[in-house]
Formats: sequence, C-alpha cells, structure tokens
Amino acid sequence: MLNKDPAPLLALENRSAHYNGLTALSGITLRIQAGERVALVGQSGAGKSTLLRLLYEQQADEAALVPQDLGLVNALSVFHNIYMGRLHKYGTAYNLLNLIRPQRKEVEAVRAITRSLDLEEKLFARAGELSGGQQQRTAVGRALFKGAAVFFGDEPVSSVDEHQSRDVLKAIVDRHETVVLSMHDVGLALAFTDRIVGLKSGRLVLDRPTRDLAASDLDDLYRD
Amino acid sequence: MTTSTAINGPSAAVPQRSPLLRASLGFFLLAVCLLLVADIEITTRDPWLELGRLALGIVTPDFFAVEDLAQALFNTIAFAIVGVVLGSSFGFVLALSFHHRAVRVFCAVIRAVHELFWGLIFLQVFGLTPLTAVLAIAIPYAGIFAKVFSEILEESDPAPLKSLPSGTGTISAFLYARLPDALSHFKTYTLYRLECALRSSAVLGFVGLPTIGFHLESAFAQGGYSEAAALLILFYVIIATIRVWARRQLVPFYILVSLIFLPWGGSISMSHVATFFTHDIVPYPLRVAETFDATTLSALWAWMTDLFAGQALPGIVSTVVLTQIALVGTGMLTLLFFPLISPKFFGTVGRNIGHVALVVIRSTPEYILTLILLLLWGPSMLPAIVALALHNGAIIGHLIGRHTETMGLRPDHAKGLNLYFYEVTPRIYPQFLAFLFYRWEVIMRETAILGILGITTLGFYIDSAFADLRFDRALFLIAITALLNLGIDALSRRIRARLRLKSRLDAV
Repeated sequence: MLNKDPAPLLALENRSAHYNGLTALSGITLRIQAGERVALVGQSGAGKSTLLRLLYEQQADEAALVPQDLGLVNALSVFHNIYMGRLHKYGTAYNLLNLIRPQRKEVEAVRAITRSLDLEEKLFARAGELSGGQQQRTAVGRALFKGAAVFFGDEPVSSVDEHQSRDVLKAIVDRHETVVLSMHDVGLALAFTDRIVGLKSGRLVLDRPTRDLAASDLDDLYRD
Repeated sequence: MTTSTAINGPSAAVPQRSPLLRASLGFFLLAVCLLLVADIEITTRDPWLELGRLALGIVTPDFFAVEDLAQALFNTIAFAIVGVVLGSSFGFVLALSFHHRAVRVFCAVIRAVHELFWGLIFLQVFGLTPLTAVLAIAIPYAGIFAKVFSEILEESDPAPLKSLPSGTGTISAFLYARLPDALSHFKTYTLYRLECALRSSAVLGFVGLPTIGFHLESAFAQGGYSEAAALLILFYVIIATIRVWARRQLVPFYILVSLIFLPWGGSISMSHVATFFTHDIVPYPLRVAETFDATTLSALWAWMTDLFAGQALPGIVSTVVLTQIALVGTGMLTLLFFPLISPKFFGTVGRNIGHVALVVIRSTPEYILTLILLLLWGPSMLPAIVALALHNGAIIGHLIGRHTETMGLRPDHAKGLNLYFYEVTPRIYPQFLAFLFYRWEVIMRETAILGILGITTLGFYIDSAFADLRFDRALFLIAITALLNLGIDALSRRIRARLRLKSRLDAV
C-alpha cells in the first residue's frame, strides 16, 4: 500500500455493546481497510455476531450480508430469493413482473450464481423445501447477486459440508474486495482469510495476519 | 437430500407456480366472470348528493334525537351478554362430547343457520321478547363455541395428561391437566365472540327487536343521518371499550341486571308455540291432507319442486354469485388493509390511524354497511359486495397485520413495495388464505341474510315467506340455506387440506 495509513473502511474505537443488561462486547478497537479479508473467530457467545453487526452497520447501504438466520422467504423459489439481492437496482414494476413471470435475463444471471454454489437443479424449488445447507447457499447466493464490494457473513457455511464450503467461500472471496466473516471452523478461516480477529468473552484477544498463524495458535480462544 | 430431490423432482429446474397461487388465480378468474353477469349497476340519480348528506350527518351527530336511547343500548348489550353466556355454556358441554358424530352434525346444523333467521323463527313463536333475541344469539353461538372449544382442547399440550398417575379419575384429569391450559384460549375467544354478539344483537333490531338496530333502521329510513351517526358512534364506543367493561368478575352482576331489567314479561302463549311447531311449519300439502297416501305424496313433491325451482334455485344462484365475488373482494381488501397496522410498513402514528380505520370498518355490521351503501347506490349487488368485502377485509386484515408484528426480517431487507411483494406478502400468504377460506362460510351466511334488504339472495325469499306467514316455505328455504352453508364449509375444509393450510379456527 502506498498510503501509510489510509482512512479505514470500517473502524471501531473502544466500543462496547450490551444485550438485556449483559455485556456482549467490551472495549473493542478495530480498523479494517478496504481489500482485507477478515475472519472473526471465537467460542459461541464470544461476541462474533455482535461485532459483525456493528461492523456491518457502518456499510449497511453498500455491503452484502448473510445473516445467521438467513432471512429467506420460504414461500418463494431459490431464484426469487437470490434475485432479491438486486431489488433495489430495478423499478418496482419490473420487480413485480419478475415475481409473476421470471424474466429470461434474470434467470440466466441467477442461474450462473447457483451454478457456482451447486444449486442449479434447485433454481425453482421453494426455499422452504430445501435442506439446511441448500438454504444457506441460497442466502449466500442472494448476497453474491447483490454485487457489492464488501461482504459480511455470519457463519455463512455452518450447515454446508466441508467440500462445498470451500467452493462457497471461494466464490465469496473471489467476488468481493473486502470480506468479513464470523466463523467457527478455524481451518477454513485460515485457508480463506488474511487476517484473524479472535474474541473471548466479548474482548478482542487476538488480531494477527493469517500467514503468521497455525491452527494451534487459536486453541487458547476455545479454552475456558 | 435424496427425499428432497424426489419431492422437487426435475421440475425444480423450471419455473413453477405454487398451488396456493393457482388456487387464488382460479377464484379470482371465477369472480371476474361472475362480475360480468352480476347486477352491479348504480341506480340512484345522484349518489354524491346522498353521500354529502350522510357525511354531514356523521360530523353532526345528534345524541338527543333518539327516544329510549338508553333502553336500546341496554338491550343491545344485555341480549349479547346473556346470549354469549348461554351459548358458551352449552357450547362447552357440547365440546366435551364432540367426538360423537351426532354432536358434531348437530352443532354444524345449528350454526349453519344465521342468528337473524333464528330470530325470525323465534319471533313467530315468542314474539318481540328478550327470549327471542337471546335464543337467536345463543343457539348458533353454541354450535360455534362447541367447535372452537373442542379444537382448543384437542390442541392443548398432551404431556401433562400423560404424566398423571395412573388411576386418576377422568374428571380430575380433565380439570388438572387439560382445562387450565385451554382456559386462557377460551377466555380470549369468548371475548371475541362477545364483540360478534354485540353486532348480532344490534342487527336483530332490524327485524323489530328493541336494540339499536331498530332505531338505526328508522333513522336511515327517514334520512335522519345525525341520529344514525349518534347511534353508530355509541355502538363503536361500546365495542372499543369492551376490554374495560367485559370482565369475568362482573358477569354475574350483568346477568342479574339483565334478568331484572329486561322486559321479560310479554305474553308467550304455549298453545301458540305448539301450533307453530306442529302445524304452521308443516308443509302445506301435508297439513291439509286427511290421509297420507300417494296423492298427498305427489302433492308434497309438487310443492317442493315448485318451491325449489321458483325460489330456492334463483336464491342459491344469487347467493353463490354474490358470495364468490365478495370472497375475492375480501381477499383483495385484506391485502390492501394489513400493511396499515403493520410495523413493517408504518410508524406508530400511521399505524394508530390504520387501527382506528379498521376498528370502525369491522365494528360496523355488514348488514348496516350494506344498508348505508344501498341508500347511496340504489338496489343492486354492488352495495352488498362492497360491504361484505370491507367488513371481512378489515377483520382478516387486522389479524394478518398483527401476524406481521413478530415476523423477523434480515437487516438488509427490501423497502417499500419491494418489501411488500417479495418479503412480507409471500410469508403471510398461506395464513392469509387459511383465514380467507375460514371466512368463506361466514360470508355466505351473511350473503343469505342480506336478502332481507331486498337483494335476491336466499334471505329475500325467506323474508318474503315470513311476511306472507307461510312458515312452512320459510322453514324449507332456511333448511336449503343451511345445507348450502354446510356444503361450502365442507368444500372449504377440503381445499384447506389440499393446500395444506393451517387448520385452526383462531379468531375468524
């Protein structure tokens, strides 16, 4: 990088967060530059989702998001759920038309996404009829289809099997300039990101480039 | 994986229309075709003039024009309370034996006859007495309570019952392990039914019973819109404050007051009652026949076929046409109304306005709405269609709107119309259709009743038969109406099962 310290894309200064009187995060200071691929790791309940949400809120209008509960519309097809990533780009009349009768151009665009996620044969199946892993890939598809520069994913491959996880993560990192993922699978985190942020009981306890780390370095995060 | 592939099959790779959408489209197209043949002309010369006078009346309510206003309000509330207390008590007893087929059929039959028809029947027997009003409400409501109470009991958690020590008596088991869980649902549903009973009680005034409907009818007939507005406003206040005054602890007090202050006296002649049931309602050919032979039988057959072809059939056709159009109208208005009270679309201020609008629309009985629209547009099916769609659309719209309150959306959800069409409506659609199909039978029952206002549905012929004192014909036509309702009820159940829609009645 030429600039010594460019303005960060995402920045938190000594932030804390509370849920129903419980402290979810305390004193977090974190800067993420455009172009970084960051994994948030730690035990469940360590504050990963809360941190991801705080970061996402700084880019909410621009970024693509896969929330933990996916936010799929079960009554609609995979095609429509993925198309929803671009609803804001088209006029309402066109969106309505595409809801009633899928337009060839959009079907082909969405088909390309489903192909990279191994979902093509489910293109017109209803989201409610899919398995957990297929639903999760559909939510990822919606985020990919948005075509944003920044991607946020809260455990985006937790129900997808090991082999497919790699394909999905590859599709995510290939198509986005900046990626922030919360993950529980340390191996995948090390393989697909270049910076690991470790949380423990709501505190930031680790923040290092991936190349300096081995899986065993993260063991402390999972020890009580 | 394998099973889900098998379910979706290769068809998942090409666009497919969901069965729910196909069913909706079918009903919609049928309604459009029926609309082409239905009489929906506006026949008044200047609908706007009448609307202006009506609007003037609404903003200048006159609370002192109605004589005996206090008594009419008291009667309206007292009939409703006593009717609901009796109906829920008998309904509860019937619910306990609802596993017997005979009980189920009995309940289906008594609730298939609208309370206004029950009113017309008892009017001939007991005259314009409180007994007529109370029975007219209590009987059909007992059938409805029985069904809903039994469904609630059926769905209560079976775990407590299983964990009771063996040897526990049936009654103890019921009181400890089933009733407590169901009781709060009973309470909620009874309160909802009390609101319905207030509307029924008001409408019973239109056949002459001394409730506010009686005064509303004369006010409308004389163009006394300020007077009518005052009556309606008081009625809305009663319904809007129902949670304040309808408390369980106060029920014994209300019953006592009703027993003391309702004009129970009247003159009920037992011989008159006997004549009605053993003579008046017996089909004419049987009544005059001296012996029961082939001649009598063929006369009876001719009587029935004449009545069927001349009155029942045209009545059925209009009733079905009007019901189907009103059903689709209800669905369309529901989809328009529900966002008005949904936090997904409006802030607190907008939602409060929506709530008030929906409360006013759904608190106005369809019968009264139709009457108002008849004054504006003249006699045709249009007033009935619009009134039924508005009233029922407001009821289901309210339920669906509440349903969206707990719906979770992803943080980056769509906005505006995209939110409506892509996220919210697809999610509520199965629930919406379930409510709408439940309401189908209710809409048909109401459609039949609106005949009393001159629209040629079954109620028109029934009302004319009562007016001519031909009670045998009236009863025959009421029986036909009940059969039609039972048929729609069965059809609706089949469609709901076919579309796998949630089968609980809740509060519709």
